[in-house]
Amino acid sequence: MSEERSGANILVESLVKQGVEFVFGYPGGAVLPIYDALFGDERLRHILVRHEAGAAHAAEGYARSTGKPGVVLVTSGPGATNAVTGIADAYLDSIPLIVITGQVPTGLIGSDAFQEADTVGISRHCTKHNYLVKDPAELAAVIDEAFQIATTGRPGPVLIDIPKDVQIASAVWTDALAQRRQRYAPRTQGTRQEIAQAVEMIAAARQPILYTGGGVINSGPRASELLRELQAKTGAPVTSTLMGLGAFPADHPDWLGMLGMHGTYEANLAMNQADLIVCIGARFDDRVTGRLDAFSPNSKKIHIDIDRSSINKIVRADLPIVGDCAAVLEQILAEWGSRKGQDLTEWKACVDTWREKQSLCFPLNDEAIMPQLAIQRLYELTKHRDPVISTEVGQHQMWAAQHFPFFSPNKWLTSGGLGTMGYGLPAAIGAQCGNPDSLVIDIAGDASIQMNIQELGTATQYRLPVKVFILNNEWMGMVRQWQELTYESRFSNSYSDSLPDFVKLAEAYGWKGIRIENESQLDAGIQAMIDHPGPVIVDCLVHKESNCFPMIPSGASHVDMLLYGDHVLGTMDDEAKALV
Amino acid sequence: MMHIQQEAEERHVLTVTVDNEAGILAKIAGLFTARGYNIDSLTVADITENHAVSRITIVTHGPPSQIDQIHAQLERLVPVHKVVDLTEVGPHVARELALVKVAGTGEKRVEALRIAEVFRARPVDTTTESFIFEMTGAPDKIDSFVALMRDLGLVEVGRTGIVAMARGPQEA
Repeated sequence: MSEERSGANILVESLVKQGVEFVFGYPGGAVLPIYDALFGDERLRHILVRHEAGAAHAAEGYARSTGKPGVVLVTSGPGATNAVTGIADAYLDSIPLIVITGQVPTGLIGSDAFQEADTVGISRHCTKHNYLVKDPAELAAVIDEAFQIATTGRPGPVLIDIPKDVQIASAVWTDALAQRRQRYAPRTQGTRQEIAQAVEMIAAARQPILYTGGGVINSGPRASELLRELQAKTGAPVTSTLMGLGAFPADHPDWLGMLGMHGTYEANLAMNQADLIVCIGARFDDRVTGRLDAFSPNSKKIHIDIDRSSINKIVRADLPIVGDCAAVLEQILAEWGSRKGQDLTEWKACVDTWREKQSLCFPLNDEAIMPQLAIQRLYELTKHRDPVISTEVGQHQMWAAQHFPFFSPNKWLTSGGLGTMGYGLPAAIGAQCGNPDSLVIDIAGDASIQMNIQELGTATQYRLPVKVFILNNEWMGMVRQWQELTYESRFSNSYSDSLPDFVKLAEAYGWKGIRIENESQLDAGIQAMIDHPGPVIVDCLVHKESNCFPMIPSGASHVDMLLYGDHVLGTMDDEAKALV
Repeated sequence: MMHIQQEAEERHVLTVTVDNEAGILAKIAGLFTARGYNIDSLTVADITENHAVSRITIVTHGPPSQIDQIHAQLERLVPVHKVVDLTEVGPHVARELALVKVAGTGEKRVEALRIAEVFRARPVDTTTESFIFEMTGAPDKIDSFVALMRDLGLVEVGRTGIVAMARGPQEA
């Protein structure tokens, strides 16, 4: 079948052909033809957000929780610039997004037209790839290629800028698959020598550790299964970055917990003392390594990553393997066969002594709810529902990572690389769209939640029963904590003054609002939240000055962790202050 | 007190083969600025009959680990087909074209012309009081020529930046 169709129509047909279910967007002048093509089309569900940043984060939440690419549709100029934070977020966390932006008509590009911005220029360094389409005849092939680029190799956001006249002009449309240009072919498998060497190194290691990251999640559920198989064969203890939580079950005896700045004592000490680190889909981020010259001084490193540029960027790898986590793990397991590794009894005894520190312990408080306790209760009361958890950014995010255990991938949605406050609520909305029967909870802070609070209206409109669980300590807690620990408690602008009444705010949007003021109300409040069939905000008032520990202070190494009860001077030298 | 520390640096010549699409030069130049890499020179022109593919030659300097990152980061861009670090590959030819305008009369004018002959620089524009010399060669040869012209009435210099290619019969 071949016929003439408008650019807008070709776009919609191409999205349907790609299996898109949801489009997260906001209309405006330069996308009116596309919105007209969407009108009355039952095949695509358009979710109208309240701000374009919300559209991008919602698409991220959808993508992260379903493994499918998220689709964003916004107008030119401010529509596109508002979406940039979400695009940059997806870029750093390798989330597949297709972002469609309207543009002023081709003849007006460069004339400072109304709502014109150089979207391709602005998004160039925060997208995996981007396009300005000047001919409707190219649209189908571009969209096809965009999906391929966004979802293969290291996933990421791809932006397609479409001028308004290109949306209106027509071109020949065939329902055959558009021809791909086939220029993008990422390497997915390791070479035989690499795999053989990896197996040899793992089998010879006496103090091995598996250090896993978001790449295992991105690679698909199979990668998590294979990781568990490799662990079972080798017996190596496992730690994970913030982005990789869920790939390995948190109740496994060899699970060490998260590593890095707010990771557990045992995870960081094991990294420091290991003789072999097998890094699988992680990238030695500064939040993970701490002081680089003291990072894991005695270990060999195997680094498995689909992105060659992640290897040797921060830490030199003794054996780099460029490839997809699942594919390479499959190869390693095949090569491993029925081999036996070294006896790890001594190593595990070592790990057990570090575990005895119980680094996640926190003092209870008679007057106020400890935020860690609130997370633990939230987990206990919701675990039978296998919930999807999103977070904002800050102390609450780290407490959730520490105290809310995960057992399977795609349940944990958080902004790791960019650290975007305001991510959690729209991400929860996107996740709820893709997982209509799941319990989806945004664990939030009182400051972060206000960054995209307008999205309450989106959940109301589409009857999405998302839950927002605010750990309200009346501070930008992580900023306050750093100011306490490194700037002699000079709390510059970190107090959350003039907070709204979150319960009334919930009610104003047609949500249910619940306030939890003390420990005796905690379980009942959480239960009421779960039992309510619609969206709920829980305003959980917690201990105001709690710090998130353990913590590797800026400029310190893995062995210099701060634990609860440590004496902290509250000062820091300039070299340490200057680190991120 | 805090001081910024420096690492030892190397100079490398990279050739990058790319799809000749809108914005590709901005993408590559922008990658260098965004990640804090140095560009000493950059040349670009399309090299296929249908104008679909361009070859970019970039001269950069930095610590070895950074040069390796530049290589990897360039390779990661979707429109990039191939990146070759000629300095790693081995012996290569690097050439640059320069236009050098020199104005003067009398002995200085004669001397300028004489030196130009020694350097095999060709006058491509001549007036009674000026020359424009065209010369190609390795960058240091052009540097020396320009330095000599400084005393002989140098007015203006234009240089292309280098293009480079590995020696021998094979494609690098």
